[in-house]
Amino acid sequence: MALSDRTPGIRPRQSIGRRLDIAWRHAFPGVTSLVAMMLSLAPFGLWRQSALPPVVALTCVWFWSLFRPEAMAPPVVLALGLLLDLLAFLPLGVGPLTLLTTHGVAQRLRGTLARQGFAVVWPIFIAVACAIAAMNWALVSLLNFRLYPAGPVLFQAGLAAALYPVVAIPLMLAHRSIADPERA
Amino acid sequence: MFRPSLQARHALARLTLPAMFVVAFGLMLVGKVDTVVVERARTAIHDASAPVYLALAEPLGSINKTIAEISGLWGMREENTRLREENEQLRRWQGIALTLDAENRRLKSALRWIPDPEASYVTARVVADAGGVYAKAVLLSVGPKHALRKGQIALDERGLVGRITEVGSRTARVLLITDMNSRVPVILETSRARAIMAGTNGPWPRLLYWTEGSIPKEGERVVTSAEANAFPANLAVGTIRYNAAGIPEIEPDAQLRAIDIVRIFDYGLGGFAPPETPGRPTPGRR
Repeated sequence: MALSDRTPGIRPRQSIGRRLDIAWRHAFPGVTSLVAMMLSLAPFGLWRQSALPPVVALTCVWFWSLFRPEAMAPPVVLALGLLLDLLAFLPLGVGPLTLLTTHGVAQRLRGTLARQGFAVVWPIFIAVACAIAAMNWALVSLLNFRLYPAGPVLFQAGLAAALYPVVAIPLMLAHRSIADPERA
Repeated sequence: MFRPSLQARHALARLTLPAMFVVAFGLMLVGKVDTVVVERARTAIHDASAPVYLALAEPLGSINKTIAEISGLWGMREENTRLREENEQLRRWQGIALTLDAENRRLKSALRWIPDPEASYVTARVVADAGGVYAKAVLLSVGPKHALRKGQIALDERGLVGRITEVGSRTARVLLITDMNSRVPVILETSRARAIMAGTNGPWPRLLYWTEGSIPKEGERVVTSAEANAFPANLAVGTIRYNAAGIPEIEPDAQLRAIDIVRIFDYGLGGFAPPETPGRPTPGRR
């Protein structure tokens, strides 16, 4: 029997279903980011699909770090980054470093950005995505001791800019409804 | 239970991000020092996710096919005329090929030619793009009891696709000939000049180090060379094209942008395998 059932007090009854619900809402950002990254590699037959996982990871980490940082804690970001390295064949460490930087920047800007509308957050995200794509390119070039062409970097940044609404709008809706722990 | 004070918890929370950065740098070092562990982790992740991709491949493939068919309806008349012309041309070529084949057989029997051993092959489905941003590769889904090895050669129905670089228990990764790290010894078919085809991560690999005096001609066919014992001779690779800067490139015969199914050939070649740590067991073959 749970502690809340034995001690008197005014609080809602913590049934198993309710506790599972709360846990799911807390885990929602991490779990959906993971699933989205895995699914972005599914055989859709899209042109240059291999550029998707880093972009999806970046968008998810940015969004949740901005709007619900307690659910996108640094260890979660690190784990997602590691998965990104393994999935996207990046040298180990590149995914964690870029995603942790994204998380740090989002944390810094959170005070001003979290209350702003979509039209303000999107352009700032584009700037961050460009910087992160450049950082990604620099790290990969450094770790592999060779200069890679800059084309894929620009493509990645452009893709992140274009895909932000596609990823962020459903996340925003989820954030206000099914992923909100307050509504459990 | 021990509960740290609010200030202590705040301080700890502030330290998490820097601590994770330190861990990330540590991971970077591990990745540089122990590539074997990283490769194993990678293969394990792909082995785990391949069944999901394989299950998704069927419905997604049929959706893609339907979309392609619908968009194909628009240009059907032109396509039909083009195909008729091409068919006619191919019929003429078939006639020539059959005559040459018969002549070739006669000559070979007259010369008591020892035929090349028939290569055995397995067919595998491409389940994911495994290149990432900085490489060109595909992931194959293979049965759990496969006998694939590193260095085996992947072809589609038209030409050379690439070589196997990583093998897991259910998956194998094929590095495409367009990848920056790919180097393939080739022969220009008409001049018999040797050269190297080097991937650039772009759609057309470059031709390098061709024999002096034999300038590659536009449209000349390129086949593999048996040099270094990495490839068998005379596999179709592509045709020469000159880019705007006047550099000879190769238009691959294989349809590398939309590879669906590849055949993995075992030519029993030993040479020029990717570097491995001595004494390391090859995953998937125990």
